[in-house]
Amino acid sequence: MGNFGGVWILAEQRNGKIRGVSYELLSWGRDIADKLQAPLVAVVLGSGLKKDAESFIFRGADEVIAVDEPPLAFDAPDAHSAVLEFLVRKHKPEVFIALATTYSRTVMPMLAVKLETGLTADCTSLDVEGGTRLLIQTRPAIGGNVMATIKTPFTKPQMATVRPGARKPPKEDKTRIGKIVFEKVPESLLKSSVKLVGFVKDETSEIPLQEADVVVAGGKGMKNAKSFEMLFEIAELLNGAVGASRQAVDMGWISYAHQIGLSGKTVNPKLYIAAGISGAVQHIAGMSSSRYIVAINKDPDANIFKVADFGITGDLFEILPLLIKALKEEGKKNERI
Amino acid sequence: MRIGVLVKQVPATENVKIDEKTGVMMRSGAESELNPLDMYAVEEAVRIKERLGGEVVVLSMGPPSAEYAVRDALSMGCDRGFLISDRLFAGSDTLATARILSAAILKLGGFDMIFAGERATDGETGQVGPGVAARLGVSLITYVRKISDVDNFRVVAERAVEEGTEIVEAALPALITVVKEINEPRVPDLAGKIGSMFAQIPVLSGKDISINKEKVGLKGSPTRVAKVFYPKLTRNGRIIDGKDPEKAVAELIRFLKEKSIL
Ligand SMILES: Cc1cc2nc3c(=O)[nH]c(=O)nc-3n(C[C@H](O)[C@H](O)[C@H](O)COP(=O)(O)OP(=O)(O)OC[C@H]3O[C@@H](n4cnc5c(N)ncnc54)[C@H](O)[C@@H]3O)c2cc1C
Ligand SMILES: Nc1ncnc2c1ncn2[C@@H]1O[C@H](COP(=O)(O)O)[C@@H](O)[C@H]1O
Repeated sequence: MGNFGGVWILAEQRNGKIRGVSYELLSWGRDIADKLQAPLVAVVLGSGLKKDAESFIFRGADEVIAVDEPPLAFDAPDAHSAVLEFLVRKHKPEVFIALATTYSRTVMPMLAVKLETGLTADCTSLDVEGGTRLLIQTRPAIGGNVMATIKTPFTKPQMATVRPGARKPPKEDKTRIGKIVFEKVPESLLKSSVKLVGFVKDETSEIPLQEADVVVAGGKGMKNAKSFEMLFEIAELLNGAVGASRQAVDMGWISYAHQIGLSGKTVNPKLYIAAGISGAVQHIAGMSSSRYIVAINKDPDANIFKVADFGITGDLFEILPLLIKALKEEGKKNERI
Repeated sequence: MRIGVLVKQVPATENVKIDEKTGVMMRSGAESELNPLDMYAVEEAVRIKERLGGEVVVLSMGPPSAEYAVRDALSMGCDRGFLISDRLFAGSDTLATARILSAAILKLGGFDMIFAGERATDGETGQVGPGVAARLGVSLITYVRKISDVDNFRVVAERAVEEGTEIVEAALPALITVVKEINEPRVPDLAGKIGSMFAQIPVLSGKDISINKEKVGLKGSPTRVAKVFYPKLTRNGRIIDGKDPEKAVAELIRFLKEKSIL
């Protein structure tokens, strides 16, 4: 199949800023590159990238390939996938991984089709098979009820998207050095039939739900929209974001953007707090890979307790206010230290 | 306006229960259904047709039983439906599926707009829509939560991204993948239901859509499922009684410290 080599990660930018989650990919990529004894290359397309290119080297990349062109400032899927196709055909990476975000879940499938290679969506773990050098891609399917291990044995690059939030970004080491290349691509590739005409920032969530370290979620047991304010307060104290079950969304207490589960978002935080959520399979599908799950429910038989690491059987209207108070006290203690 | 909708038949997931001892999936009741998100795609397509005129054609690639997914879409107001089915298609991954659907779309003369769900509940890849767009070389807008404006040449849509909402404009032809927020799918009326029951649904085979049989099915799929296993969902965590809420919260704080969250 010719000389394919190197592990690539696709970094992301929005509105001229590198999206912080991109650095998580360097943890995934570094492991694979070390196992394959191959260089780790961060690829980023956008505009005004000069100032940030080095940050990938500091966090573990051996090389950065950047395409810095004003038309790429917006994530136009046709232009971005065309530029990536050009880069892949030129440099022939063996592995190319990206995040399972709105950007990469749009661009990577287009790229995979153009290159006629395999792409495994939303992986929760990646490994390398000794001997064959094949990427072992593991992902949940059917609402997390099944895990599948997938290989791309015949074509290269082997491509995968991975869940944001699953890995921590490597620490910065400003002494690391590496190569930074600003590539020029044929102008025709930058043309797009899609253009950005406006952007409305979501004011209710400072931290995107799928990228938050802590998610505080509420369900039908929250009873009304007003009590969600408690969850927003807890989320703020823990530097997290607020989620919800479909019931809570259907009742109109919070917008669909916060829905977690099969027909909502999949999250992967370090801590997931479920308050007044019964734990229907469709909800569990979106949060079962959280590192620690805390459940508060007054029904001791609620399904959510089966997936909880720590559960309280009790009334959330008694527990949440006390939790807020306790967290504030903890915050004060830390200030004093 | 010629509008295509891509719909997929999926296992009826609300009926999926896991046997706790063996971890095996147990299905009860109806085995399969129209992918829930695809109903939103169908609804949006039908609404646009109702506003601008034209026709909505629904396509599904799958085994003969996928005909029911097509009928469900017809009952919601689509004009015609095709089942793209061939034994050679068995085992197609997202690349092979994108090739097959694109070939069928071309065979049918193409569309001004094509709607798809953002993802299906079985594979949950969300890769087929963008793949078809790439293959056909049409504009692509994913994660669409609202169509703000559309005429015969362009569409303006709101797409839900991590930090908020992007408003984008795309030249037609365009493929749009939708999220749940976009609309409230209609419940088919009796006439629609009866009509869909009797509708003729032509089956298009690999030959009919002139596709290279080396490029479809398992043979034409670059990915291979090496293993399937059932994850252990139960965590056997510590469950405490909240009768004394003060004490329960104190325990919770201790837990969060233990796990170095606080
Ligand atoms: C195709 C399909 C897709 C779906 N997708 C999703 C999805 O993406 N996300 C999702 O969440 N659901 C989804 N669902 C719905 C899912 O099946 C459940 O209906 C939903 O998750 C239940 O939400 P809930 O736990 O908030 O509500 P309920 O099941 O009504 O549970 C409320 C819980 O709150 C507890 N409670 C009540 N009052 C208190 C109190 N004062 N203190 C403490 N606890 C209290 C109760 O004991 C109960 O356990 C989907 C369903 C289908 C069919
Ligand atoms: N076999 C298929 N036939 C028709 N449409 C499909 C098929 N597979 C996927 N799609 C469309 O692509 C969307 C995303 O599916 P998936 O990539 O499988 O998650 C679905 O919501 C459908 O609109």
